[in-house]
Amino acid sequence: MKKSLLFAAATAIAIPFAQATEFGTLLTDKSTLSFVSKQMGVPVDGSFKRFKATLAFDPAKPQSGSTSFDLDMASIDAGSQEANDEVADAKWFNLKQYPRASFKSSAIKPLGNNRFELHGALTIKGTSKDVVAPASFKQDGVNGVFDGAFTLKRLDFKIGEGEWADTSTVADEVQIKFHLVAAPKR
Amino acid sequence: MSRLDTTAYTRTAIVLHWLIAVLILVAFPVGLYMVGLKLSPQKLAIYSWHKWAGMTVLALMVLRLIWRMTHRPPALPDSMRPLEKRLAQLVHWMLYLLMVAVPLAGWLFSSAKGFPVVWFGVLPLPDLVGKDAALAEILHAAHEVLAWTLIVLVAGHAAAAIKHHVVARDDVLTRMLPFLKRIGS
Ligand code: HEM
Ligand code: HEM
Repeated sequence: MKKSLLFAAATAIAIPFAQATEFGTLLTDKSTLSFVSKQMGVPVDGSFKRFKATLAFDPAKPQSGSTSFDLDMASIDAGSQEANDEVADAKWFNLKQYPRASFKSSAIKPLGNNRFELHGALTIKGTSKDVVAPASFKQDGVNGVFDGAFTLKRLDFKIGEGEWADTSTVADEVQIKFHLVAAPKR
Repeated sequence: MSRLDTTAYTRTAIVLHWLIAVLILVAFPVGLYMVGLKLSPQKLAIYSWHKWAGMTVLALMVLRLIWRMTHRPPALPDSMRPLEKRLAQLVHWMLYLLMVAVPLAGWLFSSAKGFPVVWFGVLPLPDLVGKDAALAEILHAAHEVLAWTLIVLVAGHAAAAIKHHVVARDDVLTRMLPFLKRIGS
């Protein structure tokens, strides 16, 4: 009993280091995609509940990694029910016409010390923009954990048109934060 | 010294009384008006101003309560019956209580809704409770009921003050509103 436990512990420690692991399966229930918008100087937290991602990342060869994201925009939680109803509108995300948003990486640049720069194209509401997100990687048991954040300008994507284009109430800058947990590829 | 000075309200007391009164008399109708608005940038702005005015009341109340603890207000005129005096004092204490409880409930409510309060858009205030929809509903009801209770008492309080001036013709109103005395004489 004791022996087998020891053995299990030893393999659990050994496995991540024994082979060059490529992380390839996003654990959606452990990952979060959140954002912080500012209304009248007040930070309001929001998140997306449903998203899919494909990913291939080997910490030993970060440059050759890649990832792509697909977001179900209707799964937004913008902080309150009133806000959720509002952002479905054509002036905001126009969910009827653009139910999904996506991100496709073009390059991953290692910055050293398990830090990276994720480059790619972000498409929201039919508009694509190149974005750069600094991210960090760490290993948690057998899984790989990526954390990162970047700021986008909502008006670049026409998120909030008409009266809402006024940035004195809702700020242009929106901070996007991701916490992604991926399992090794099998 | 002022603990014994029982003939007049100090200037501090008068300024605080009217500053807070004006803020409440603006915050209340604004509160009623804003909840019916369709979501718009203006609605967000008005909500913020409502919260900022209310938080200012709360901050001023700290000063006002310190004043009240260190000073004795002027005695009520002897022409008043003991029961009237007791009633006036009871209403004053309920007003003090509500002037703190109403903005406090608003702040709690805002926190429970997941909206931190940033005073005048510059000073972030701590969240008093975590985001909790069920609690937010209770706190909303509390904020509304307490605000209405406050305003009903204020109406009675103001009516009584005017009655002092025009019916009893004593100095109760003029000692809180000294400029009335000046234009009256
Ligand atoms: C003297 C202070 C205050 C007074 C007299 C006051 C009064 C009111 C009134 C009459 C309403 C409308 C009630 C309703 O139908 O929901 C209201 C709503 C509201 N108050 Fe206040 N309030 C005060 C302070 C505050 C403070 C300090 C905050 C937050 C920091 C606050 C947050 C709110 C919010 C968020 C609503 C809207 C509720 C909704 O959206 O339904 N209030 N207030
Ligand atoms: C939001 C509105 C108001 C609130 C919350 C309020 C609250 C109070 C409180 C708590 C006191 C007692 C001070 C003390 O002795 O400890 C007081 C005194 C007084 N208030 Fe108001 N008040 C308001 C509006 C008004 C208005 C509109 C009037 C006049 C029409 C008025 C006239 C007076 C007078 C004359 C006194 C002095 C009473 C005395 O000498 O004993 N108040 N007020």
